Amino acid sequence: MERALQGRLLLSGEAAGPVLKLAAPISFWGGVDPETGKISDPRHPNHGMCIEGSVLVVPLTVGSSSSSAVMLELLRNGKTPAALLLGNTDAILLLGVIVARELGYPTVPVVQLTSTQLAAVPDGVEVRITSDGRVVWPG
Amino acid sequence: MTVRLSAEENSFVRGDQGAAAGMAMRIVTEMAELMGADRLVQISSAHIDGCLYHGDSGVEFAERLVADGGRVLVPTSLNVGALDLLHPKVVRADDHRREMARRLMEAYVKLGCRPTWTCAPYQAGHRPGLGDQIAWGESNAVAFANSVLGARTNRYGDFFDICCALVSRAPYTGLHVAGNRHATVLVDTSSLPLALRRSDVLYPVLGSWLGATVGDLIAVIDGLPPDTTEDQLKALGAAASSTGAVGMFHVAGVTPEAPDVATALGGLPPTQAFRLTASVLRDTLDRLSTTESQLVDAVAVGSPHFSMAEFSELERLAGNQTFRVPCYVCTSRNVQADLASQGRLANLEALGIIVVVDTCIVVTPILPADGGVLMTNSGKFAHYTPANTGYEVVYGSLADCVASALTGRVTRDESMWS
Repeated sequence: MERALQGRLLLSGEAAGPVLKLAAPISFWGGVDPETGKISDPRHPNHGMCIEGSVLVVPLTVGSSSSSAVMLELLRNGKTPAALLLGNTDAILLLGVIVARELGYPTVPVVQLTSTQLAAVPDGVEVRITSDGRVVWPG
Repeated sequence: MTVRLSAEENSFVRGDQGAAAGMAMRIVTEMAELMGADRLVQISSAHIDGCLYHGDSGVEFAERLVADGGRVLVPTSLNVGALDLLHPKVVRADDHRREMARRLMEAYVKLGCRPTWTCAPYQAGHRPGLGDQIAWGESNAVAFANSVLGARTNRYGDFFDICCALVSRAPYTGLHVAGNRHATVLVDTSSLPLALRRSDVLYPVLGSWLGATVGDLIAVIDGLPPDTTEDQLKALGAAASSTGAVGMFHVAGVTPEAPDVATALGGLPPTQAFRLTASVLRDTLDRLSTTESQLVDAVAVGSPHFSMAEFSELERLAGNQTFRVPCYVCTSRNVQADLASQGRLANLEALGIIVVVDTCIVVTPILPADGGVLMTNSGKFAHYTPANTGYEVVYGSLADCVASALTGRVTRDESMWS
């Protein structure tokens, strides 16, 4: 059996990885090290964890508008999450991925889910993102 | 939803105005589509947060725009860079970082942006008016422009701000639209002691609480003094946009779109209401500091960049006493020039104050490398210092910071919080 959620595909691609749900909102600038992909804010509950390769759930992008620059740098350095599951379409994180595509860097799929759908995605479980914006996992 | 473009906008997409403007219009249009806008809006001002070096990718992007003939079409100011161009020795950086940071700053100037290098452009001569459509980056600048000036922008990330400036357009959605600028959250501060409401020390704490509580919602704050200062509002917005995604707030009777609470709420009842007490804010105050150390290794103020009024208060508090620990004051080159022309800069430096311009202590290595405890009156510095500098942080008022800098020991007046 599989479980699946149909999201809104913001930027296309296919990916797979373990879900990482952040326990608090994050500012990528001042919160994620662009060279290592590690969560660098000592006040953040996920401090020290690495976002590289994860399917990262970001309900809300808070803080610095330079988070788009950190996202672009993560993509350039190959330290990016495998995919982003966003709760809203802000002009910050998503933009970092769009600019990466314009510069010819590798990009990752970005899917928007409702808050109910985000809550239903199980933390730590290996999921697949399909090219039509579905999030699929064994269940 | 599909974005409808005008004939002129389509000519940008085709590359008729050059390759850089073409790429910028593609990005603006795609974001407009994803954000649910059905058209673009003409803007009259931009503020760019992309000139701070985070890695070579940002330099590649900016230099691509320059090579492709990009030129901003509206008055555009620049946020801080990673170098103090007027005091080069202030910043510790290896040759690669220094070179790339300089190339990035130069690229944005070549695109036609004004070399203001400040996160408080609104106190350096760039002040859009009530109702003006603008595209600003830098989280505090966005909050100030929307809330205090009544200009209209969304929270735009690095790279999007310059794309908007290159085509003089932004997606017509979010805070660009009058009907989306009303508050849905009511915050009543009238139970806080009046002395606290009149004190600068409240505003970064109130802002930190607000951002963590409302996320990206718009609040109207009631009960603050009618003579709440611009610098207090600046501090509130900077803290709220550090802990949250606050792009706009109202202060009833103070900010231009909030003559009263009902107007700020658009005539509707609030969806959430909070009555603040000193004990609620006390928790936020405590979380702004990360150590109980009694010793201070350095003091830093000026996030957002220090204004002339803040320098006057610093001078009043310091008198002619000499600081025992390094005291960094981050400001714009514009304010520094005003200080110099009034003969005040040399006096400040004689006290032991290190004036930093064009940049600040949380965005580039300035503090001594051996780490320690930093004291600040800025909610934004308190938020970003631990991750970005490795220093522990202690929050206090400007008076607390001066008192602590004179002795090297943490001195805080906490009487107002009880």
